[in-house]
Amino acid sequence: MKKVVLFIVSFLCWLILTWTSYIPSILVGIGISLFIAFWFADLFIQHPKNFFQIRRFLYLLLYIPIFIFYCIVANLDVAYRVLHPKLPIRPGIVKVKTTLSTLTGRVALANSITLTPGTLTVELTEDGYLYVHWINVKTVDVEEATRKIVRRFESILKEVFG
Amino acid sequence: MNEGVVIAGKVIIFIGVIFDLLGCIGLVRLPDVYNRLQAATKCVTLGTCFILFGTFLAAGFLVKSLLAILFVIMSSPTAAHAIAHAAHRSRIKLWEKSVVDKYEEEKEKV
Repeated sequence: MKKVVLFIVSFLCWLILTWTSYIPSILVGIGISLFIAFWFADLFIQHPKNFFQIRRFLYLLLYIPIFIFYCIVANLDVAYRVLHPKLPIRPGIVKVKTTLSTLTGRVALANSITLTPGTLTVELTEDGYLYVHWINVKTVDVEEATRKIVRRFESILKEVFG
Repeated sequence: MNEGVVIAGKVIIFIGVIFDLLGCIGLVRLPDVYNRLQAATKCVTLGTCFILFGTFLAAGFLVKSLLAILFVIMSSPTAAHAIAHAAHRSRIKLWEKSVVDKYEEEKEKV
């Protein structure tokens, strides 16, 4: 099961990268994907069953526009702070809590936090806490910071990776 | 090839370059390594994605660049996280006007 998932993913990557209908190329892709799937499946895939649930992909599609929106807001925010002559920043590292249980989900959350307004993940602990560098600290309270930083992604990421 | 699509692609590449430029300005102006990473990751990631998407349009729907966007979005924040983590581990101080450092306070427990 794990091997099938990794085979599909790596073969899709190969097809997109080469983007050709030339048969030998596709055969080489199948060979390499089989090799990768055979050796590395245990390393990358944790919950192979999740991959075959269409619902997760639909939520992923819903997640992408939200993510892009926050990403652009993040950039305008940084641009404002950088170009402002007084450099209006108030940095610090705060602690937030996530309820996501799978490793992939937490990594996706940490990466989303890094790419969205004013926040950068510094550490991810095993019991579900994230230490986040915040360029404009509004609160040092764990609950409050969680509500401000994590909530906007968590519910939907839980559907995708949870 | 549709002329309009090519022009749109070039405009998007131009926007991407502006974002990259802002990221570099941030890299120079902000005070410490963590703040600099903020500017470097956010602006440079989005800027690079814009450039790649512009390439996708301008080079005649080059699907490869969409895959490259996916990889940039996955790898760039991970790299930033690694740098920030390593910086904190090697005891690089936050800027002196920083408000709070919960990680330093609770590091012993982690």
